[in-house]
Amino acid sequence: MSPWRSDALLVWLLRGCAALVGAIVVLILLFLVRESMPAFRHVGIGRFFTDASWHPLADGSQGEFNLTPMLVGSLVAMLGAVLLAAPLGVGSAVFCHYYAPRWIARAYRKMIELLAGIPSVVYGFWGLVVLVPLIASWHPHGPSLLAGILLLTIMILPTIALTIDAALANVPREYVSGAAALGMSRWGIIRGVVFPAAKSGVFTGILLGTGRAIGETMAVMMVCGNVVRMPDGIFAPMRTLTANIALEMAYAMGDHRSALFVSGLLLMVLVIALVAMAEMIGKEHIHQES
Amino acid sequence: MPCDNPVIISPLDAPPGAVRFTRSRLADLGATIVVWLMAMLVTAVFVWLLADIVWHGAGQLSWQFLTEPSRNAGRAGGVGPILVSTGLILAVCLAVSLPLGLATAVLLAEFTAVDSVFGRLVRRSLDVLAGVPSIVFGLFGNAFFCVYLRMGFSILAGGLTLACMVLPILIRATEEGFRSAPQEYRLGAAALGMSRTSALLHLLLPAAVPGLVVGLVLGIGRALAETAALIFTSGYVDRMPGSLMDSGRSLSIHIYDLSMNVAGGNAHAYGSALVLILLLLVINAAASQMAERWLQRKLITV
Amino acid sequence: MQPKTFQDRKIVPSVMLCLALVVLCSSCSRALPSKTGESDGSKLQGQLTLTGSSTVAPLAMEIGKRFESLHPAVRVDVQMGGSSRGIADARSGLADIGMVSRKLHAEESDLHGFTIAKDGLCLIVHRDNPVTELTNEQVIAIYTDRINNWKQVGGNDAAITVVHKAEGRATLELFLKYFGLENPAVKADVVIGDNEQGIKTVAGNPDAVGYVSIGAGEYDASHDVPIKLLPIGGVAATTANIRNGRFPLSRELNLVTKNKPQGLTKAFLDFARSNEVHDLIEEQYFVPLAK
Repeated sequence: MSPWRSDALLVWLLRGCAALVGAIVVLILLFLVRESMPAFRHVGIGRFFTDASWHPLADGSQGEFNLTPMLVGSLVAMLGAVLLAAPLGVGSAVFCHYYAPRWIARAYRKMIELLAGIPSVVYGFWGLVVLVPLIASWHPHGPSLLAGILLLTIMILPTIALTIDAALANVPREYVSGAAALGMSRWGIIRGVVFPAAKSGVFTGILLGTGRAIGETMAVMMVCGNVVRMPDGIFAPMRTLTANIALEMAYAMGDHRSALFVSGLLLMVLVIALVAMAEMIGKEHIHQES
Repeated sequence: MPCDNPVIISPLDAPPGAVRFTRSRLADLGATIVVWLMAMLVTAVFVWLLADIVWHGAGQLSWQFLTEPSRNAGRAGGVGPILVSTGLILAVCLAVSLPLGLATAVLLAEFTAVDSVFGRLVRRSLDVLAGVPSIVFGLFGNAFFCVYLRMGFSILAGGLTLACMVLPILIRATEEGFRSAPQEYRLGAAALGMSRTSALLHLLLPAAVPGLVVGLVLGIGRALAETAALIFTSGYVDRMPGSLMDSGRSLSIHIYDLSMNVAGGNAHAYGSALVLILLLLVINAAASQMAERWLQRKLITV
Repeated sequence: MQPKTFQDRKIVPSVMLCLALVVLCSSCSRALPSKTGESDGSKLQGQLTLTGSSTVAPLAMEIGKRFESLHPAVRVDVQMGGSSRGIADARSGLADIGMVSRKLHAEESDLHGFTIAKDGLCLIVHRDNPVTELTNEQVIAIYTDRINNWKQVGGNDAAITVVHKAEGRATLELFLKYFGLENPAVKADVVIGDNEQGIKTVAGNPDAVGYVSIGAGEYDASHDVPIKLLPIGGVAATTANIRNGRFPLSRELNLVTKNKPQGLTKAFLDFARSNEVHDLIEEQYFVPLAK
C-alpha cells in the first residue's frame, strides 16, 4: 500500500468518478424500465414477440406490437456493417503504420478523423440523395438493407480505424525492430508480432464500432426503408429498432409510447448481451497476459 | 514465424536478382496489395462524400454566413448564433467528460487489477453505454436533466447528455493509452520513491497522451455529430444564447432541420455541413496542438 | 527530493475544481428561469414556450421572431417534439402553447385550439413519370398492393415504389381517412418520417409515388426538384385550391392552450392569427385563413 496520503485520496476520488460513470448506465436502465412499465402491464411481454406485426395504433384490435422483425433488422444491419468495417478498419490502421509513407499516413489519418465527425444526418442525407438512387437504378426500390449496411460501414469505420491505429502505435518499437532484424517479411511481422501485441486494442476498436452500429439512429432511418417486415434479402427494406423509436416517438402517446420504450429496453438488453459475449471471448483470448 | 528469408525483408526492398518467390513472399505481396486497395477504397468513398458536400456547400460560405443569424426558417441568413450554441454545448460536454473520463481511465488502468470485479463492472458498463442509441440518450437526457433536474431545454442539459455519450469513447481510448506506457516507468518511479500520484502526473500522463488525443478526437467528433440526443435536450431555438440555461440548437440539428423539415433548405444544409467539417478540422488541430504543448512532448503517432 | 512537496499541492486544487464544478451544476439546476411573464399593462415581457409539431415549428419560429422584434422584452422559444408532444406539454404546463398539425380529437376537447393556417395533402410522383392523374380507386389499389406496376395505370413498365408515412403522424391519419384505408392494410415499400424525406425519396426514384404536404411539394416542385403533384378528385393540388376550399384533402395547423389564454399568451395568439403574419405563412407555403 502506498505510503503517500495523496495516493489514498486520489484512489477514492477516482473510485468516486468511476462509480458516477457506472451510475449513469444504471440510471438509464431504470429510466427505460420505468417508462416501459405501462406497456408491460397493458400489453404483456409475450405479445412483443408473437403479435402479427407492428401496428400500435390499429383500431379494432388493441394494436399490434411485434418487435421481432425490427430486432432482426437491427442485428442483421449491425452484423453486416461490422463484417465489412472491421477488415477495412484494421487495414486502414495497418496502412497508416506500416505501408504508407509518412506524409500519406498523416493525411490519411486526418481524413479518417474528419469522417468520424461528420454528423449522422449528413451521412443519412448523402445516403438518401446519392446512395439510394444508385441502388434503385440497380434493383428496385432503393432504400434497403444494403443501403443501411453500406452507410453503417462508412460510419463505424473511423471509430474502429482510429482506435486500432492508437493501439498499433503502442506496440513497442523493439518488437518490430527485433522481428525485422530476424528477417521476417513485412506481412509476417504484422501478422505474427504486431497483431498479438495489439490484441486488446483491436478488440476494443471493434467493440466500440459494434456499439455505434447498433445505436445509430438518424442515418439508418433515412436509407433503410423503414418497412416493418423480416428482411428477406439484401434489397429488402427493413426497419431497425432505433429508427422505429426515432420515427414514432414524437407522435406517440400512452401505450404506444410505452411500447417504444420497451423496444429501447430491448436494445439495451441486446447491447448487454453483446458485451457479455465479448467479455467471455476477451477473457479467454485477449486479456491473458496483461 | 519461420525465418526462411534471412536477409531480405520485403520484395520491395530486395536487391535485384535476389528475389525468390516463396509462399511468404507471395503472402507479403498479397497483403501489400490488399492493404493499399483498402486504403484507396476508403479514400475514394471519403472523396465522393466530401466532394458532394463541398460542391454544393462551397457557394454558401461567406463571412456573412458565418456570423449572421438565420432568417426565413434557415433558408436565408447565416449560422452565427448556431455556431456559438454549438461551441457552448461542446465546451460543457468536454468540461464534464474530460475530468470524469480521465479519472475513470486512470483508475481502470492504474489502480485496478485487470480482473477485479469493480474494474470489470465499470468496463462492461462503459461498453453498454457506448451501445445505447442516441435517441435513448435524448429521451433520458430530457427526462433527467430537463424535467427532473429542471434545467428545461438548455445548453447545459444538452452538454451534460453529450458528456454521457462521449465518456465511453474517451475512457476506453485513454485507458489504452495508459496501458501502453511501459511498466519500467512505474517501477522506476516507485524505486525513486515517488508517490503514485506524482508518477501519474509527471510520467504516465505524458506517455498516455496519444491515447487521450485519440479519445478526445473521437469524442469531439461524436459530440458534434450528434442530432437525436440534442433535439430533446438543448432544443430547437436558433437565437444567440444568453447563458448556459438558454435553449440553443447545435449545427447538426440545424442541418437536420434544413434538409429534412424545411422545404428548400438544401443549399443552406450543405453550407452548414461544410462549416461543420471545417469546424471539426480546426478543433482537431487545436486539440492535438494543445495536448502537445501542454505536455511538452512530441506525439508518438505521426 | 522532499516528500509531500508539490504532489500534494496539486491534488488539492484539482479536488476543489471538481467540487466547484459539481456545485455549479447543481446550483444551475436550482435556478429556475421564470416561465410565462405577465404583461404589466403597457409593455409585454416574459418568456413563451411552444412545443409540438415539426411541421408548424418553422412557421411558429418565424412568427415568434417577428413578435420579439415588436416586443423586445419578450422571448418566444419554439421546440419540436411532435403533435402529441404539443398536446401533452400544453396539458401538463411544460409548454405555454402546443403546436398541432391536425384538428383536435374528441378527447382533446378540454384544450383550447386556435387555427393559424391551413395546409393540404397531395400525391407526388417523379417529374418524368408519364402518369398525370390517379383516381381514388387506383390510389387505394396501389397502396394495398393490388396494382403494383405503372403500366396498369397508364405509365411505364416498372414496379411501383410505394412511399408511406410513419405511424401517428397527422398526414398519415388524413390520408387514411380520406381514402378509407386501415393502416395494416397498406403495403408500403418505403416508410418515411418527415415531408422532405418523402420528397427526396420520390425525387430520387422515377417509379415512386408518395404523399406530402402541399406546401412542401409546391415549394420544391417550383424550385427544380424533379417531382410533380397529382390532382386529387380532379382538383389540382395547389395552395390556391386550398384557399378557395375546392381541394378535398386539407388540414388545419393549430395552436392549443390548456386554459383560456390571457396576457402574453393571448397577445401572441392574437398576433399569430392576425393579418400581420400572412406573409410569413405564405413564405412557408401554407395558406392563411381568410378573414
